[in-house]
Amino acid sequence: MIPVPQTIRHYPWGLIATLVFIAGFGMLVLYSAAGGSFSPWAMTHGVRFGVFMTMALVIGFYVPLALIGRLAFIIYAAVALLLCGVEVMGAIAGGSQRWLNVGFMKLQPSELMKVAIVLACARFYSQLPPVETPRLRALWPALVLIGIPAALVMLQPDLGTALAIVAGGVTVMFLAGLPLWWFVSVGIAGAAALPVLYGMLHDYQQRRVLIFLNPEDDPLGAGYHITQSKIAIGSGGLDGKGFLNGSQSHLDYLPEGHTDFIFATMAEEWGLLGGLALGLAYYFLLRWSTRVALNAPTRFGKLTAAGLTMTIFFYIAINLMMVMGLAPVVGIPLPLFSHGGSSMMTIMLCVGIILAIQRDKSVGRKPFG
Amino acid sequence: MAGLDPPVAAITQVMFSKSYPVSEAWRGFTFTRRAMLVGGTQMAIGGALVARMTYISIVDNERYVLESESNRLNLTLIPPRRGWIVDRRGKALADNRVSLRIDLIPDRVQDADKLVADLTRLLGLDADTVQRVRRDLKESAGYQPVAVADNLDEARFASVLVRLTDLPGVAPARGFARNYPAGAAVGHLIGYVGGPTAEEYQKARDPLYVTPGFKTGKDGLEKYFEPFLRGKPGAKRVEVTARGKVVRELGTQPDVQGNTLHLAIDGDLQDYAARRMGMESGAAVVIDCLNGDIVAFVSMPCFDPNSFSDGIGQKEWSWLNGDTDFKPLLNKATRGLYPPGSTLKPMAALAILEAGVDPGERITCPGGYRLGNRVFRCLGRHGPVDMPTAIEKSCNTYFYAMAHRIGYDRIAPAARALGLGEDFRISGANQRFGTIPDSAWKQRKLDQAWTASDSLNAVIGQGYVIVNPLQLAVMAARIASGKALYPSLVARKPELIKPLAYAPEHLAVVRSGMDRVVNGNGTAVRSRLELDGIKLAGKTGTAQVRGLASGSRGQSGARRYRDHGLFVCYAPTENPRYAAAVIIEHGMGGARAAAPVAKDIFTFLWDREKAMASLEAMETSWGGTIAQRMARDFAAFQGMPTRASEIILP
Repeated sequence: MIPVPQTIRHYPWGLIATLVFIAGFGMLVLYSAAGGSFSPWAMTHGVRFGVFMTMALVIGFYVPLALIGRLAFIIYAAVALLLCGVEVMGAIAGGSQRWLNVGFMKLQPSELMKVAIVLACARFYSQLPPVETPRLRALWPALVLIGIPAALVMLQPDLGTALAIVAGGVTVMFLAGLPLWWFVSVGIAGAAALPVLYGMLHDYQQRRVLIFLNPEDDPLGAGYHITQSKIAIGSGGLDGKGFLNGSQSHLDYLPEGHTDFIFATMAEEWGLLGGLALGLAYYFLLRWSTRVALNAPTRFGKLTAAGLTMTIFFYIAINLMMVMGLAPVVGIPLPLFSHGGSSMMTIMLCVGIILAIQRDKSVGRKPFG
Repeated sequence: MAGLDPPVAAITQVMFSKSYPVSEAWRGFTFTRRAMLVGGTQMAIGGALVARMTYISIVDNERYVLESESNRLNLTLIPPRRGWIVDRRGKALADNRVSLRIDLIPDRVQDADKLVADLTRLLGLDADTVQRVRRDLKESAGYQPVAVADNLDEARFASVLVRLTDLPGVAPARGFARNYPAGAAVGHLIGYVGGPTAEEYQKARDPLYVTPGFKTGKDGLEKYFEPFLRGKPGAKRVEVTARGKVVRELGTQPDVQGNTLHLAIDGDLQDYAARRMGMESGAAVVIDCLNGDIVAFVSMPCFDPNSFSDGIGQKEWSWLNGDTDFKPLLNKATRGLYPPGSTLKPMAALAILEAGVDPGERITCPGGYRLGNRVFRCLGRHGPVDMPTAIEKSCNTYFYAMAHRIGYDRIAPAARALGLGEDFRISGANQRFGTIPDSAWKQRKLDQAWTASDSLNAVIGQGYVIVNPLQLAVMAARIASGKALYPSLVARKPELIKPLAYAPEHLAVVRSGMDRVVNGNGTAVRSRLELDGIKLAGKTGTAQVRGLASGSRGQSGARRYRDHGLFVCYAPTENPRYAAAVIIEHGMGGARAAAPVAKDIFTFLWDREKAMASLEAMETSWGGTIAQRMARDFAAFQGMPTRASEIILP
């Protein structure tokens, strides 16, 4: 074996390779979706990936986990303020603006909240004495932490992101050891309350749900997205129509072919094999982060890593279910694959923090991280 | 639970009563266990997603490939060229000419209002067209073209071509349009084509029906032979985007032209006969005595089928439809019904011979025939007349006497045997076949007994008798040939034709009478053919429009009360080749109005130059050819100056 210097060997090459594969594959698909052109999507995708990959490595190697833990609530509060900010600005502008322009990209505070909620919840439960775990005191602060941003995001209205925030927070609550029957009973009550929740949705969201249940009802209207996405995936077959040969995306039948429905664009040209390759890469990513969670020395590290793993997984699962007609169209991009800065930043923040957790050996096994 | 009120504490005590051995170690163990559970759930969902994708892309692959292809590919139909309609020599009576057309592709139109305004200016569209285009643009979606204008002249077409880049959505095309070289001369014979109606599309459910440039037969032979003439549409396969933009052409399948329809008509004779009708309203039918082929089938005045095929304007339609005196939209050859007058006398003579009457028997004509206290008048005092002379002089008295003797019930069968009252199955022309009355008919229709005076009226072709010109021509042809000829507009294979059930010597008597009408001392001596060795035989008829009782002789006064002029004839007298019937509405007499037309038509059959010379002289006095006169009349109808003076104006 060729001797590799220690400084180079300790970089997580496997992880980097996995991420480069996903983003690189994404670039190829974006190149094709633009009709065989690096602009407008593939180039910015690659540049952003480079920037955010560096950011993730910097966080992972130079930011101590303890610092992240101490700042967790402050980060949460800051992001919550930003969320309020866009809400107020949106109200003034008379529309539903969800982003702040920060120069090189449009920053969605709701994306940052996906990370912040996990940090805040993990911080809260890592500071909670074990005996308090089954008590009410373990419950309501977390519910408030989750409820405020979820409500703000629902107001935007952005159902997908709100669900992602809830999923990240609740996963941390679950892993923190809260009594199992709380979750079970809330689950049953939630199922019973579905019709009420449905009534609270906006008209267009209700229509999306209905269309999801029966897309053929409206093949040219709201069901168009799902129908065309399934046609793209299904017509790809085993090995696809070939690079640059996807008619669904090139002839504009597939809407949002470079963002939310990029998986369909990919599957049309690369087929089931492309889908399996991408799935395998996501599997490696999630396996890595889950292992970090299981092996983390601190409770904050464990909860954070597991919560962020869920955040990443939630993106992937909901997006894929959506493009394959198993979930309503909610507008969630595919991590590192779709063209879009905010989601890539969120994912790479997650990766950076998990990397920091992986490297956090020095702190030792303290009861309260 | 310290700090809570006792009742709340009690409730929470119940709710959270389960005593956990909560410790750091327990929490760590729980985390690991639950993290495995979450991870396992994620794996399961991942597995389900893989299964789902496999199902869509492998099991349902075929279905989705089809749907993807039907998304991508669109067929643009190319309307088939209609089959030609040619005369007995192969000369085209209906063909196709290149038509320059402008269509719109709705999906490529950016500013519909501006575009329509621009096209209106460039192409000079009328208000009707603009309204239709706007409506079509709104209703049709995607790549399906909307027709704006066709039959454009080169200048207008070019004016759009040079501005094409400023007119997104405009699609200029070179298609084909139906063309009738003889114009109005063949209108009632051939019919016309037109754009399919909404009902036709509803019925056929064929996208061809909404393809611009596609026309279906609307009348006459064009309608009757529609499936035969239509052909198969071509198709252009194009790849289109979701917004209907054509990315590229993937291939073109050419159209298959419809079949050529061979007619029995002689195109030149048809044209000549139509022109020879002149300013009059009437019909002329010429039949080949060898096989029954209809060689000319004219009803004038007529519409120009070319203007129908281009989509007739509202004004032109009301001009044609509003002329109730000359009725240009009525096919008088088969749908015009007339009292035949004396043209039925040769037929009656045949029936009288069959009844056993000696053709040499003389009846004295004192200028009328007394039946009871009523006198049926003759046009002259002919003295003693035998049968040929009675035909020659058109003596009513002779036929009154004979009809009274044998009864009309013995004449009607002869009329029917010669084709009168028959609904001939000739393609494309639905007929009104008139009435040949007899006692049974009258009993059934009017619930009255047949009277002797009914017989007297019927035998001179008045009263209840009405026929159409085609039947008269067939009658003439059957008498001339002695064969049961059946008329046909379409060329047929030669077949054996049965002789009529009449004795040749009886037919010879009738023919000699008809010969003397023209060549003896008869009613039509002024219409003798000026040809060497070819003589015309015929019978004039003057049919009253008003009842005999009115007292008017129908020779003067308002046009619509004047008598119709009829003439049935054949030539040559020895070995007849052609037979004809000519009717001139309100022409005041067969000899005066109809026979000269027949004479010129027959002259044309043997000496075209002589016939054309006399026609051209006449057309000069009438004010030009059919097309010129129609254009002038239409302009006058519109209250506009003629086209010529319009051009002179600055």
